[in-house]
Formats: sequence, structure tokens, C-alpha cells
Amino acid sequence: MTERLWEILSDSFTKILVPGLTMTLPLTAIAFFFAMVLAVFMALAQFAGVPVLKQLSRFHIWVFRGTPLLLQLYLVFYGLPGLGVIIDPFPAAVLVFSLNEGAYCAEIVRAALEAVPAGQLEAGYCVGMSYLQTMRRIVLPQAMRTAFPSLANSLIAMMKDTSLASTITVTEMLMSTQRIIARTYEPLALYMEAGIIYLLFSTVLTKLQKLGEKRLSVYTAKESMIILPKRRPQAKWWK
Amino acid sequence: MVEVKGIKKSFGGTEVLKGVDIKVEQGDVVAILGPSGSGKTTLLRCMNFLERAQAGQLVFDGQAYDLHKVTKKEIAAIRRKTTFVFQNYNLFLNKTALQNVTEGLVIARKMPKDQARQTAEQALEKVGLSDRMDYYPSQLSGGQQQRVAIARALAAQPEIIYFDEPTSALDPELTGEVLAVMRQLAEEGMTMLVVTHEMGFARNVSSQVVFMEDGLVVESAPSKEFFQSPRSQRTQEFLRLVGQE
Repeated sequence: MTERLWEILSDSFTKILVPGLTMTLPLTAIAFFFAMVLAVFMALAQFAGVPVLKQLSRFHIWVFRGTPLLLQLYLVFYGLPGLGVIIDPFPAAVLVFSLNEGAYCAEIVRAALEAVPAGQLEAGYCVGMSYLQTMRRIVLPQAMRTAFPSLANSLIAMMKDTSLASTITVTEMLMSTQRIIARTYEPLALYMEAGIIYLLFSTVLTKLQKLGEKRLSVYTAKESMIILPKRRPQAKWWK
Repeated sequence: MVEVKGIKKSFGGTEVLKGVDIKVEQGDVVAILGPSGSGKTTLLRCMNFLERAQAGQLVFDGQAYDLHKVTKKEIAAIRRKTTFVFQNYNLFLNKTALQNVTEGLVIARKMPKDQARQTAEQALEKVGLSDRMDYYPSQLSGGQQQRVAIARALAAQPEIIYFDEPTSALDPELTGEVLAVMRQLAEEGMTMLVVTHEMGFARNVSSQVVFMEDGLVVESAPSKEFFQSPRSQRTQEFLRLVGQE
């Protein structure tokens, strides 16, 4: 490797990393937040069989899972201006990624809800809790525990997919890399550098997933066999 | 105190309950016996509206309800006075033993948290689990889980507790510890309706026995009478087969 190449690489590292931190990650985080809100809402509407909302959810999932993400981005950014709706690149990307990711996550959450034993809901009824109370306190938390690894998986996939936002002029990591390539003509080295930074991000997310899973697994059998809580003293401590 | 009349329930084309009458007085411990598929569990589930019966009447504390047309509000009112112990415990898996007991008190009954905690601790102490309060269901044995479920039922201070085969999922040793708790409750005068296959419990603890088969009550009698001088042919045969003649 030449000295020039090293210089380009070290020089461009921050130029790729910074857009990653200011664009790729915020886009991922904001879009995933809205996606989760949408996903839980749509999953619950389907699980509870709420008329109209259930059909709307199915329709949303059908459309957003059934068409390419890139097309959805183009449609919103390049298509909607035809109707007089002009959205800036970043908000347009947030909108599309939220709706798209929401559709996938809704299916994950719905499957997890259905995996919670029916007896949990019945037990809730029998201690006098309502459907909504039992869903909120018992069923949904258990479902989210089940869904967590799949949702984390989905989040990592979306983080990488935000590179598609470069096609609607969001200056995220990939676009920044391409700009440097246009100046330096070193695609091999620079694309690899960008890849390494993506890998760095997804490694952090994977670590976070592991941590989250550990935290959430306190009540599942595997973990519980290892850490048992301290036995309480028999004496009544409140007296 | 609780009475059902003419309860009917079908699943698809199968008639599981064909018009069952049953009556439980305050302080009674009624054991429902019968072969599998006789409709015992369905009867219990209909009485607490986990299943909706097609016909029948429920009289609870002198108030009559149509089991088919009962409203959500009425169901909620009745459920405040009853609790249910399931065959497979159905403890809230994401809650500790203590939280399992406090959950209904705090969320459904709006009891202050301190008071709920105290009530729950007393209930768990009663079933002999004061050293397991912070354990999750997955950290407890089947017998312990069922005792937590009984504590959860007790803490609600119900007028009657329904037990649906509470020991069927347990091995003999664990069955013993659960039956001991139930016997203690019976001695303290708790009203209980118990679907069971435990002949010992039916014979020695329960005050009344109802024998069901094919969605109908075959025989209903005080426990002593049921075991010593069964009236119907079918009951005699049943008792012979289970070795309680």
C-alpha cells in the first residue's frame, strides 16, 4: 500500500464516521422508535381482533412487505412532489423506514403475543383484572421478551438498510464514502473502510442485544437456575 | 351461596354439559368427581365465565344471572367474589411469587401497595412459602407454584374458590403439600368447589361429592354417604374401579 492510500484512509475515517453518527444512527434510532410504536399498535389490534384497525394493519403490512424499500423511498421523495407534497430528505427517510420497519416488527410482535400461553390471560381475569390490564401488565411484557431477539435482528438489518437513504440525497455514511471516492478514485479501500464502520456499529448493537436479553431473561428458566435471589429472613421485616 | 341450574354448553356439535344443576352452600367443600371428558372442568370454567355457557342460570349470593346473557359488568362483579386455581397453575410468568399475589390486589382491586404487600406476605406465609417470595415461577417446583396460585386466590378474600384439578400436574409428593394446604383451608371454613381425581381428598376433606358423567350429574350426596352407600349403579362401579368401595 502506498503512503497516499494510507493518508486517504486515515483522512476519510472521520469523514465517514461522523455522518454515521449524525445521520445513520439518528435515522435508525428515530425510525425504529416510530416503527416499534406502530408495530405494537398493529400487533395488538390484530391480536385483539379490533374491527377496522385489524384490517388496516393487515393492509399496511401487505403493502409495505410486498413492495421494495427502495421503491417506497423513491415514491415518497420523488413521487409525492407530483401531488404537491414535498418532504425533506431526512424526514422522508424517517417516514419510509418507520412505516416499512413497522410492518415487519408488527408481525414479530404479533407472533410473540400469540406465543404467550392463553392461561396467562385467564389468570388475569380470575384475579379480577380486565383485558386491557392483563395485556399491559402480563401478556405484552412476556411477548416483548420473546420478540426481543428478532426485533434486535430487525434493527440491525435496518441500520444497514439506511444506506439506501443515500439515493434520496440523505448524506449518510454511504453517500459520504461515495463523495470521497469521486475525489480520490479509491473505491476498493474506501468501500472497505465504510464496511468496517458499519461492522463497528452492528457489533455495538449486537452487544446491546446480548445485554438486553440478559436483563430481560431474569424470569426464564435457563438464567434462573444460576442466579437465585437471596432467601428472605423468616422474621417479618416491616414490624 | 352459589347455585347453577340447567347449565348447557357445547363445543361445535359436541354437547359437553347437558343441563347440570349444582349447589354450594357457605362453608361447603364440594368435590366434583367423574371420568375424563365428563364435563367437570367445563362446568367450573362456565361458572367463572372462562367459557360462555349456552344456557343456564347462576345464582350468586341470592342474585340470579343468565349464564348466556350475563354482561361484562356482572361478570366483573362476580369475579370479585370468586377466584380460580388452575390445573397448570397459570402463575404470571414475568412476576415473582409476591408480585403474582399483589398484582390483582393492586391493579384490579386498587388496594394501596403497602397493604397489598402485607396481604400477599400473609397469604404466602399461610401456604408455607415465606422464604420464596422473590422467586419467579420458573424457579419454583410445581407444588410450590400451585401453592403460590392458592395464595393468590386467598389474598383476594373470595367467597368461594374454584379448583380445577389442582394436583393433576403434580407428582405424589408434591400433591401432598398442595392437598395439605387445601385441607387447612377447608378446616378454616373456606367455601370450595374442587374438580379432582383425588379420592382421598373427596372422601376425607370434602363435605359434598358430585359425581358427573357425560355432561350430567349422576349422583350428588354428602361425602360420607357417597362413599359408604352410593345409590346409583354407575357410582358403585366407579368406586369399585378406583378402589374406594
